[in-house]
Amino acid sequence: NATNNNNDNSRSDPQQLVGVVGLEVHAQINSNTKLFSGSSVRFSAPPNSLVSPFDASLPGTLPVLNKRCVEAAVMTALALNCTINKKSLFDRKHYFYADLPAGYQITQQRRPIAVDGTLTYSILGGKKRSQVIRRTSTIKQIQLEQDSGKSLHDDLRSQTLIDLNRAGVGLMELVMEPDMSCGEEAAAAVRELQLILQALGTCQANMSEGQLRVDANVSVHKPGEPLGVRTEVKNINSVRFLSRAIDYEIQRHIQVLQRGGTVQNETRAFDSKSGFMPEPNLPPLIVYEDNASLPTGIDACQAVVVQEIRAGLPELPSIKRDRLVQTYGILPEHSFTLVNEDGLVEYFEAVLKATTKEPRKVIGWVTNELVGHLKQRDMSVSQSPISPSALAELLERQESGHISSSVAKQVFQEMWRSPGKTASQIIQEQDLGLVSDATQLHSICQKVVDSHPVEVHAIRNGNKKVLNKLMGLVQKETKGRADPVLVRAILQEKTS
Amino acid sequence: MLGLTIREVSAALREGRISPTELCRKCLNRIKRTRHLNAYIAVTEELALKQAGEAEARLLRGAPKGPLDGIPFAVKDNFCTENIKTTCASRMLKDYTPPYTATVVQKLLNQGAILMGKTNMDEFAMGAGSTDGAFGPVRNPWSYAAPYRERTGAAPDSDWVVTGGSSGGSAAAVASLTSYLALGSDTGGSTRNPGALCGVVALKPTYGLLSRHGLIPLVNSMDVPGIMTRSVSDAAIVLGILQGQDTRDSTTTAAPSSLTELPEHFDVKNICVGIPQEYHAPGLSEETLAQWSRVADMFERAGARVKRVSLPHTQHSIVCYHVLCHAEVASNMARFDGLEYGHRSEEDSSTEAMYASSRHEGFNDVVRGRILSGNYFLLKQNSEHYFVKAQRVRRLIAEDFKRAFGSGVDVLLTPTTLADAARYSDFTQEDNRTRSAQEDVFTQPVNMAGLPAVSVPTALSSRGLPIGLQLIGPALQDKKLLGVAQWIEQRVGFPSITGAIKHMQDGSFDSFIIRHCPCEIEMRPVLCFMTC
Repeated sequence: NATNNNNDNSRSDPQQLVGVVGLEVHAQINSNTKLFSGSSVRFSAPPNSLVSPFDASLPGTLPVLNKRCVEAAVMTALALNCTINKKSLFDRKHYFYADLPAGYQITQQRRPIAVDGTLTYSILGGKKRSQVIRRTSTIKQIQLEQDSGKSLHDDLRSQTLIDLNRAGVGLMELVMEPDMSCGEEAAAAVRELQLILQALGTCQANMSEGQLRVDANVSVHKPGEPLGVRTEVKNINSVRFLSRAIDYEIQRHIQVLQRGGTVQNETRAFDSKSGFMPEPNLPPLIVYEDNASLPTGIDACQAVVVQEIRAGLPELPSIKRDRLVQTYGILPEHSFTLVNEDGLVEYFEAVLKATTKEPRKVIGWVTNELVGHLKQRDMSVSQSPISPSALAELLERQESGHISSSVAKQVFQEMWRSPGKTASQIIQEQDLGLVSDATQLHSICQKVVDSHPVEVHAIRNGNKKVLNKLMGLVQKETKGRADPVLVRAILQEKTS
Repeated sequence: MLGLTIREVSAALREGRISPTELCRKCLNRIKRTRHLNAYIAVTEELALKQAGEAEARLLRGAPKGPLDGIPFAVKDNFCTENIKTTCASRMLKDYTPPYTATVVQKLLNQGAILMGKTNMDEFAMGAGSTDGAFGPVRNPWSYAAPYRERTGAAPDSDWVVTGGSSGGSAAAVASLTSYLALGSDTGGSTRNPGALCGVVALKPTYGLLSRHGLIPLVNSMDVPGIMTRSVSDAAIVLGILQGQDTRDSTTTAAPSSLTELPEHFDVKNICVGIPQEYHAPGLSEETLAQWSRVADMFERAGARVKRVSLPHTQHSIVCYHVLCHAEVASNMARFDGLEYGHRSEEDSSTEAMYASSRHEGFNDVVRGRILSGNYFLLKQNSEHYFVKAQRVRRLIAEDFKRAFGSGVDVLLTPTTLADAARYSDFTQEDNRTRSAQEDVFTQPVNMAGLPAVSVPTALSSRGLPIGLQLIGPALQDKKLLGVAQWIEQRVGFPSITGAIKHMQDGSFDSFIIRHCPCEIEMRPVLCFMTC
C-alpha cells in the first residue's frame, strides 16, 4: 500500500530526510497586574494569593484589558518587524481543564495584534565555529492571551491541587513558521528572542521560571516534499535542553521512518474539535498609528499609540553587537559573547575606560578568562569577584611590561581566589614581577642553549620557529616571569 | 402607601408622612403575606431594617441621598450581592455567596435604596415563565386579584397564571406592591415579558448603557439589566441613576445625557410611530391586537404620524437568537465545574467524573439541554453553519431596525407578548424551548440589535389579566422612548393592584382590589380608555 511505498522510499534514501522545526513561544508579559484583572503578577507567591474574582472565573465578572500588556505586545511586535493590526479581536477558546477556571482561554488566535514579523539570529559555523552565520525566521503572528493556572497532582492522596496565581497573567504568544532545521537554530533563535525581550523589558524571559515557554513542532521530510507528521516538544526549561530535545526528536522521526514505521502525533487530539467564539465582553482592540489619528473624544491616556512606542524602543541586541564591532574593532563572535551575558557589555566598557590597553586585547580577557571562570561556577557577571577596575589594573601592569602575559593569567586566578587583593599586591607578595636583569637572563638562556643542541642546530639551519620552543623553556625556568622581548633577543643572538 | 409610585412615596418620606423604617416594615409584612407568590428566593429583612434605619437618620437630618433614599427595591437573583446568596435559582449556586456586588445594585444602595431581597426566576434566566427554577414557579399576583377571579371563576389554588419570565419574581414583587422597583435582566425579553404579564412598566435599556458587571450572564452580547417600576417616570428616575460607563464593563458606553425627570407633557405631534407588519404574527391574541390598534389610533388622533414598516428579517430572528443564545450559554456555563465555587458532587473517582456529576446534579434539564446544543453549534465543523450564520442574520436584523429608524420612524409600536398570561397548568403543557420561542417572539429581535425597548401595560384582558405593548427606539434614545411611553401611560388608564392579600395562617385568599390611577385620568379624562 501507499504507506509502505513511502516508507520503502525513505528507507532506500534516508540521508535525504531533514528536520523541520517551528516554534511557538509563550512569553509572560512583564506587567504589574494581570491581562484582564487587577491582581498582581509575581513569581513564587503563596498559592492562590494573587487571585481576583475574575481570575477565579466567579460568575458575573468581566475582563478589563490591561493597557500595559497591549503596549508590551506592540513594542515586542515592532522590535520583531511585525505589521501591527490596528484592529484586533479577542476570542474564547474552549477546553475543560482544571487549571483553566472559566473553561475557556481568552486569546487572539483568529485576529491577532501583530502579524508577519521576522526574528534574525546567528549561529556559529565554519571549521572553528567562529564564522557568524545570520538566519531569519518568520513570525506568523503575535497574540495576546491569558496564562492558565497550575495543577499540582498529589498521586499519594490522588488529589489535584490548583494554584490560580498564574491564571490570567498576560502572555504574548509568538507563532513562528516552520523554517528552522535543527535544535541549534531553534536554540539560537530563542536565545536571541530572550535578549530582545529583556532589552525591551516586555518579558523577563527566564525559562526556568516559566516566563518564557517554548514548544517546538518537529517533523522531517525530503526537501521539496510536503512536511511529515508533526510532533511537539514541550515543557523545556532551558535553551540547551531545547536544542537537544529537538535534535533527539528529529533523529527519532528519521529512525522511525527508516525502520518503516510511521510517526504518530499523540498530542492535542482534542484541540481540533474545540470551538472558538468571539469574546463578547471585550470590544475590538484598536491601536492608533499616531496622535493625529486619535478620534475626537478619545482620552489620550486611554489610547495605545504605535508611534510613541516606536520612539521609545531601546537599542536592540543586533544593533548593540554591530556597534561594539565597529567601535572597538572586535570580532563579531566576541560581540555575541558580550551581548549574551547580562551585564558583560557594561563590564567590558568599564574595563576599557580604566586601561590604555587596546579593546582588541582586552576582549579576550573578558570573553575567555572572566566568562570562563563565571561559567565554571555558574555565576553571573554581577557576581564576579573581580571588578572591572581591578581587572583594568591587572591589564595595566601587563601593558606597562611589569608582568608577562602568562603571569598576568596567574595573577588573575589569584585575584579570583582572594577577592579584595589587588593585582599589585599579588605581584609583590608572590614576587611575580618580570625578570629583566640581563645578566641573569643571559645565564638562563645559555643553560637552555647548551642543553638543546638539536634545536639550536635546527634554528641555525633556518627553522626559526624552533626558537619559540627555547623561549618556552626559558619561561619555564623563570616561572613565566622573564621579559619575553629580552629573552627573544638574547636567544636570537646565542643561536645565530 | 404601598401602591404609590417612587415619586409619590419619595415625597411622602421627605414630608415625614412615613418613615423609611415604617415603610420597610410594611413591605416586609406584605412580602410575608404574599409568600404564596414565591416571588422572593431570599428576603434580606435584617439588612433592610438596618438600611432603613440609616435612611431614616439621613431624612431626619434633611439630607437624603436622592429620590431613592429609603425606597424598598428587589433584585433578581442573578445579580451578585456581597455576603448575600446569589443562586440564579439553580442547585448549582444554591449556597453561593459572592464576594462582590453588581454595579447596578451598588448604585441603588449608594442612593440609599433599601434591598428587600433576591427575586425568583427561571434557572440561570433560561425560560419565559419563571416556572423552571430550582425554587419553584412564581405565581402572578393578578391570579388573586378580583378581575381574574370574578371573570373566570378561577379556583385560587389550581388556576393561577404564570408571571412570564425569566424575571418573574421581580415583576411579581413590583406588581404585588412589596417593592417599588425591581431589577430584572433582559436577554430576549426576560424583563419586558413578565412586565407585560404582571402589568408593570418594564424597561430594557440600550445595550451598554447599564453595566453588566456582577450580572451572572445568560448571553453576554444581549444581556441588559432591566428596570421594573409602577410608572414610566419611575423607570426614568432609576435609569438616570443606573446608566453610564463602568470601568469594570468594557462594553458600557457613556450616557448620552444625564437623565433626570421626564417632561410631564410629551408632544407626539411631530413624531412618527412605526408599526412593523411582521409583528402580526401567528398566535397573536385578538385582545392584544385590539390593544395594539387602540394605541396606534390614539397616536394618530393626537396628530402623530403612524406608518406601517417592514422588518423583513424578523421572522428568522427567534431561530438565530436560539443558536446564539445556546452557544454563549455553553461557553458561559463551562466555568461551573464545582472546583472554585458552586455545587460539587460527592463523586470523586476522577476529575472528569466529578465535573460530569457536579454539572448533572447542579443544572436542570433546560440548562443542560442548552449547553448540549450550544456546544454542538460551536463545534469546529458546525460553527460556520450555525453560529457564524446566525451572527450574519443578527446583523441583518439590526440593519432592518436601522433602516426603519433611518426612514423617519421615531419609535416602533408592537405587542410585548402574543397574549395575556397563561395558567400554570396550561403553560407547562409545552416544554421550555417551545414556550421560549413563543414568548420571546416580539422581544428578542430588540436584544439582537441592542436597542432600547419598554413594555407599558395598557389594559386588562377579558380574563382580567394585564396586556402590555412594547415601544422600541433607536440606540441610546432611551429618554425619548420613555417620553413616548409616558404619553401612552397617561392615556390608557391601566389599573393597579392595591389591597389585601393571602392570609398565611388560614390559607384563604383575599382579593386584590383594583384602583384607577386618579391623577392621570382626571388630567385627561377624554383620553382615558378603561377596559375593565
